[in-house]
Amino acid sequence: MGQITLQRVRKSFGPVNIIKDANLDIEDGSFVVFVGPSGCGKTTLLRLIAGLEDVTGGQILIDGRNVVDVPPAKRGLSMVFQSYALYPHMSVRGNIAFGLKMAGLPRPEIDRKVEAAAATLNLTPYLDRKPRELSGGQRQRVAIGRAIVREPKAFLFDEPLSNLDAALRVQMRLEVTKLQKQLGTTAVYVTHDQVEAMTMADKIVVLNAGRIEQYGSPLELYERPANLFVAGFIGSPKMNFVSGEAAGEPGVATLGVRPEHLRIGKEGEGWPGTVSVAEHLGSDTFLYVDAGKLGMLTARCIGEFSLKAGDRVWLSPDPARLHRFDKEGEVVRK
Amino acid sequence: MARKVTSRRVWVSTTAAWLFGFLIFLPILWMVLTSFKTELEAFAMPPTFLFFHWTTENYATVQGRSDYVHHALNSIIVAGGSTLIAMIIAVPAAWSMAFAPTKRTKDILLWMLSTKMMPPVGVLVPIYLIYRDFGLLDSRAGLVLILCLGNLPIVIWMLFTYFKEIPKDILEAARMDGATIGRELVYVLTPMAIPGLASTLLLNFILAWNEAFWTLNLSTSDAAPLTVFIASYSSPEGLFWAKLSAASTLAIAPIIILGWFTQRQLVRGLTFGAVK
Repeated sequence: MGQITLQRVRKSFGPVNIIKDANLDIEDGSFVVFVGPSGCGKTTLLRLIAGLEDVTGGQILIDGRNVVDVPPAKRGLSMVFQSYALYPHMSVRGNIAFGLKMAGLPRPEIDRKVEAAAATLNLTPYLDRKPRELSGGQRQRVAIGRAIVREPKAFLFDEPLSNLDAALRVQMRLEVTKLQKQLGTTAVYVTHDQVEAMTMADKIVVLNAGRIEQYGSPLELYERPANLFVAGFIGSPKMNFVSGEAAGEPGVATLGVRPEHLRIGKEGEGWPGTVSVAEHLGSDTFLYVDAGKLGMLTARCIGEFSLKAGDRVWLSPDPARLHRFDKEGEVVRK
Repeated sequence: MARKVTSRRVWVSTTAAWLFGFLIFLPILWMVLTSFKTELEAFAMPPTFLFFHWTTENYATVQGRSDYVHHALNSIIVAGGSTLIAMIIAVPAAWSMAFAPTKRTKDILLWMLSTKMMPPVGVLVPIYLIYRDFGLLDSRAGLVLILCLGNLPIVIWMLFTYFKEIPKDILEAARMDGATIGRELVYVLTPMAIPGLASTLLLNFILAWNEAFWTLNLSTSDAAPLTVFIASYSSPEGLFWAKLSAASTLAIAPIIILGWFTQRQLVRGLTFGAVK
């Protein structure tokens, strides 16, 4: 079991409020990603759950039990750090076994568990090596091995892939997701990369300036962002925002439309503009269009699109996919 | 861009390095050579380099006239004792400053270092008087105390820099893994800090061994370490270069041997953790 509940959790460092009233329900076995710009408090929130920081107020429940006064080791969680944080003087075996050794398990049992974890992660040939003799991806796997071997209630990941190169990151992303599904253990994962968040998560928590902006499945966040911040943060390229007045909807402060929901239409249809840059990526073409008083708009088109800079275009938004926001940036529900 | 290293360049820099090394080593070599000369040859002009009458008579005289073992033992006790006590105080001090710093930690470190900027002679009279009143003159305890206090700032600084290098994440990982503070210390921190502890220990021992100002001023015979033993050959009965050299050679021999076997640790210590 690994159900984690946050109730009005607050954290301040001196006069600075890092986390403001966080309420969250993480279901057992789910993969939850905390995402947000740097400094939004996502790592702090994770460290509060881990017990590496003390809460200023509120409760953290693990399987229904308040753990705010319980030391990190007794919370039954394990953590994978951004820097891997392997013990440099211990072999891979020693690193993975350390937690079990601290728990006082008998030697044969430790050996059996370490070997099972190593086999899961393809680390068996490296068990007697020191961390410095391993590549970045292997080190990352050792860090994960150290986390899974203890059979925790939940895994906590603090930007574990950000030190890897792009290709390896994609591969490890798949491996971590697969492993979590296979073990069925709750996972809380921190990242600033929204692609990681979208691809890995069962549910995403979008954080901004210490506040939880929205909590939902990746598609919910994409299709029904609760406010301007989430709308702008989720999705790449970023959602286009135009003022409601300029777009002919005076009751709405801001109108949002994703680049993939802008259609290049016939002349006289929709918003007129001039292509300022066309990026041909092969599979897609991104058009950056100067639409006069509406500002710059980004449109995502199919790959073989022959428009080039200077061309005149007409952009028509998919009416079903328009997002409307009020003055406070909150979504307007119809 | 990597600089191109030609073989000529390597040759020139190697020669320069050897030349420079020899220049530094020359006084020590000269001292050792002089210790095997007769007193007459020791100050002969022009000086003789290798072709002189080799003799071990100076060593015999030095051994006969003063008790080398007594002074060497004092050196070991004073240098070892002061180093040990300094480490016992410095490890927890540096530890807390590295892992639980406060707003004032930087200031405290700087203040400690500033005490090393004051010339020791400035406090010689008050310290001498205090030592006299407390009966610490010419006592090993007195020397241990003053050398320990003198080197403490450097020891704390060195250890602080070493501990700073240990990533906080690793300590947190150990905490997540269920290690108590004691086990964290034994299984994680100490093994990681051992190179730093060893080089600090060695450097401090050498500094204490060679310290001459306080040992010369605060001890005469009972507690006198090897520095006093050397000095006793310089003034009272005129200059005896050959015997002075023999005494000096005897005094530095142990520390040179120690340094030779621990060069790797020492180099790391002297670069203060600048190189990883």
